[in-house]
Amino acid sequence: MAWEYNEKVKDLYRNPKNVGELDDANAVGEVGSIVCGDALKLTLKIDEETQTITDARFQTFGCGSAIASSTALTEMVIGKTVDEAAAIKNQDIVDYLGGLPAEKMHCSVMGQEALEAAIADYRGLKVVHEEEDPDTAIVCHCFGVTNKKIEKAILENGLRTLEDVTNYTKAGGGCGSCIDEIETILEETLAKQAAAPAPPEPAKPKKLTTLQKIKPIEETIEKEIRPQLMADGGDIELIDVEGNSVVIEFKGRCMGCQAVTYTLSGVQEKLREMVSPDLVVTVGND
Amino acid sequence: MREVYLDNNATTQVAPEVVEAMLPFLKELYGNPSSMHAFGGKIGAHLERARESVARLVGAERPSEIIFTSCGTEADSTAIWSALNTEPDKSHIITSRVEHPAVRSLALHLKRKGYHVTELPVDSAGLLDPRDVERAITKKTALISIMAANNETGVLFPIEEIGRIAASHGVKFHTDAVQLVGKVHLDVRSLNVNLLALSGHKIHAPKGIGALYVRRGTRFRPFLIGGHQERGRRGGTEAVPNIVALGKAAELALEHVDEEQSRVRALRDRLERGLLEAIPSAKVNGDPQQRLPNTTNISFEHVEGEAILLMMSDLGMAASSGSACTSGSLEPSHVLRAMGVPYTFAHGSIRFSLSRYTTDDDVDYVLEHMPAIIARLREISPFWKG
Repeated sequence: MAWEYNEKVKDLYRNPKNVGELDDANAVGEVGSIVCGDALKLTLKIDEETQTITDARFQTFGCGSAIASSTALTEMVIGKTVDEAAAIKNQDIVDYLGGLPAEKMHCSVMGQEALEAAIADYRGLKVVHEEEDPDTAIVCHCFGVTNKKIEKAILENGLRTLEDVTNYTKAGGGCGSCIDEIETILEETLAKQAAAPAPPEPAKPKKLTTLQKIKPIEETIEKEIRPQLMADGGDIELIDVEGNSVVIEFKGRCMGCQAVTYTLSGVQEKLREMVSPDLVVTVGND
Repeated sequence: MREVYLDNNATTQVAPEVVEAMLPFLKELYGNPSSMHAFGGKIGAHLERARESVARLVGAERPSEIIFTSCGTEADSTAIWSALNTEPDKSHIITSRVEHPAVRSLALHLKRKGYHVTELPVDSAGLLDPRDVERAITKKTALISIMAANNETGVLFPIEEIGRIAASHGVKFHTDAVQLVGKVHLDVRSLNVNLLALSGHKIHAPKGIGALYVRRGTRFRPFLIGGHQERGRRGGTEAVPNIVALGKAAELALEHVDEEQSRVRALRDRLERGLLEAIPSAKVNGDPQQRLPNTTNISFEHVEGEAILLMMSDLGMAASSGSACTSGSLEPSHVLRAMGVPYTFAHGSIRFSLSRYTTDDDVDYVLEHMPAIIARLREISPFWKG
């Protein structure tokens, strides 16, 4: 099956960074196995004084997106403090990559898990062996996925369907005999989530105001997007920015072109990458 | 960039002669062969010529034993349903664990519907023991459906012996011969095969055309029920351009069978030998002798197939893999697993499938670039301690 990887993902599996193993690592995280089809070993060098991750290396057995996710992970953690790194979620890896195909989300989850394992190793915490927890049970035997892992993936990523769960955790992607059980977990977790009071929105660092967004949006359009469109005989104009909503107009040959939806999603992807991942781009002259 | 296409078991390029042959039927010769007027009347003869060519390719006694279908899957489905519907009192099917989804998924579907399905194993070389077929036959057996050659490994199945066993027990025998046709001399007359499925796009015809051989005297029920086309055995207006294309492709395939067995086989062997010599911890999946001349399936230990394919694709090379990431499910190839290929090898399997259009330069190009690709991925792999 051919996957639609974006250019960033392609670049990072073609030119992976931080490959290898640090000899003087003081944090090691290993997840996955060769049986499951992907595995990741992450080694970190953490400065004891400053609690800062000064270096990171990875070794990955897996597909293109697993290699790209691993590079992303190492690039993201270098320079961060342990606490900052501990806050990284799989969605942050996906955002760094500018998106992953739905079926490949589990690659980003593997990255997050390796990081959790490495930090636990550094802090001298025994990685909580799930199987020792009496409430934990293996649900998907093909890939060794527990009910706890499925619940966590559902809650952290707002999963809604069985397909989502398989995409993020691989559970149910083998023989399929656990599908009923996954659906039950999904229903129960969603019910619990609905009953619980909404958790306070965590304060996002550097939340940009509308005013602060306009300039980087203009710059991105000018430097990254317009030159490409003009090469194809088209052009773009920024009409409005309000909160996360960005309104643009296509000019010239872009108008009425069949590829306009594609172009629009390309513009959105670029702006999300360069400015803020929450942006939603619409066309004003529709 | 150079393009090297070594994924011919997935699909093939349409032969230029085939394109030429079908073009008039996309232009002026658009009539419906069922019509009374001259537009339709002049089409029928072309269909029959195509039928004769396909009959010759498989060694059928008469052209009327060939039914045109829309694809290989339709031919397989038609064969299996026909066999079951003509034996309403029987509820047992014998097949193998390594069938193409066209047969395997249907067998699983029938199992859920209440049929008893025996899936015969293969050994570590991918070979099936015909004695297992004989042992599996019961009074309730309606059909034996076993492929002629495996699409992933190229391993050949003993269809001659299975046919003999089936005939001696009075059980119908269907074989999915999609990968075999055009690559070996085939003579269904001597094979005791009742039903044989083939596909056009694997032999340089376009997609959208297949055929089913139904041995004369085999009771038959149509799968697509409709008009009187194909002598009432397959309803639906004939896909005239595609049928003409398949006819031409069959003629060409017959002309090139010897080349498949000599030149293509030699290229495949050189590719295989070269890769095994240059790359450590690599092994061939499937029996090296009992094998199609154009296919080699090689596992590279401790690297993952999709990553290999992506790197190959960047250099213009096309092949396919039995890894989980490329199988569409999250499990590696059911064929390799049935052969007991360990996971360390199964995830890193690459199938190279050649055709008569493959050149010496193509093989040189692959041999030049593959070792570096595997070495690079092994550098990244946590399991490689080379």
